[in-house]
Amino acid sequence: MIIAIASGKGGTGKTTLATAMAGVLGAGGQLLDCDVEEPNAHLFLNPRISESRRVTVPVPRIDESKCTYCRKCQEVCRFNALVVLPGHVLVFDQLCHGCGGCVRRCPERCITEGEREIGFVEKGLAGDLEWVQGRLRIGEAMAPPLIREVKKEMSPGKTVLIDAPPGTSCPVIASVQGSDFVILVTEPTPFGRHDLKLAIDAVRVLGIPCGVVLNRADMGDRGTHELCSVEGIPVLLEIPHDRKTAENYASGGLITDVHPEYKDSFVSLADDIRRRIFQERRRRTA
Amino acid sequence: MIVAVTAKGPELSSEVDPRFGRAAYIVFIDTDTGDVEVLDNRKNAEALRGAGIQTASTVAERGAKALVTGHCGPNAFEVLKSAGIKVANQSGGTVKSALDAFLDDKLQIMEKADVEGNS
Repeated sequence: MIIAIASGKGGTGKTTLATAMAGVLGAGGQLLDCDVEEPNAHLFLNPRISESRRVTVPVPRIDESKCTYCRKCQEVCRFNALVVLPGHVLVFDQLCHGCGGCVRRCPERCITEGEREIGFVEKGLAGDLEWVQGRLRIGEAMAPPLIREVKKEMSPGKTVLIDAPPGTSCPVIASVQGSDFVILVTEPTPFGRHDLKLAIDAVRVLGIPCGVVLNRADMGDRGTHELCSVEGIPVLLEIPHDRKTAENYASGGLITDVHPEYKDSFVSLADDIRRRIFQERRRRTA
Repeated sequence: MIVAVTAKGPELSSEVDPRFGRAAYIVFIDTDTGDVEVLDNRKNAEALRGAGIQTASTVAERGAKALVTGHCGPNAFEVLKSAGIKVANQSGGTVKSALDAFLDDKLQIMEKADVEGNS
């Protein structure tokens, strides 16, 4: 079972929820921190990092001794990464998406693939829990290829929790794609709701069932409940706001450290989602 | 010599477009023959990324030896420099007045990009 935790708006409590759920799952779980621009689940789980590997994307390297400057590589590149001048080819690595189109198109076969480092995938154990994160190189803009590498580390048979980045753009889609269920964490404010709507629309395009966890549920207004009921999306859990939770989070603690009574709620949440996934599968095969 | 000038409109009387990569038009003037050619730069201007690179490539392709524009980023400047195109700085006035100022050596020649890239 793969559960992605996304939100739309940032700072609503994705990592709070992901780390707390991971904590109750223990050996039965695996947490993938796909917020590769700022992975932070490790601050709460304190894993022992046992493995780190470099992730690269291919970039074109041109053998100008064979190049006829025909410009076919520049024409095929959708990302403006190549410029062919008479007698010289310029490659802009940071614009290249690594599609390999130029390599295939080159009639002289003078383009080979070099490597550009975009970041690291790190693995380890936090107690019995498997932990994996992607760490994007500072200054790097291309997160999706690194996120896909993090997801290759998924352990079959475990309950996999994907901590997704905020927003609804490519890195979120790359994180959420292929999961069985998406938890959308939001707060009952107009801003939270606005971005929740965007996130619901994105998840629908992907055809993945979703539910909402309302964090700081006792703040704001009833508008998010109304939105969920109109959209037909279940509110799976409400987490109240309190100072103790915030202080504990700020010092790197799990929410269940100060509220051990929440552990049962997170176990029930995982069970509830499992049931919903089975129902959805039955509905689709019926 | 062909001189390229970025412009907000397709005429010699149009205002100079201070943007390079996302300029609306590029006016090419052949100073030997007096021929004027206008390029609608919309295709490059609408590129998600790499607009400066593509526009610089187009300017090089058309055989320009000099460019008059307002601002130029690092990627575009690298293409222009590699293509041996002199970049002169002029943000206001008409295409015609910018061309005249360039030919009278009144414009500053850019030694490097004057704005940050966005990648």
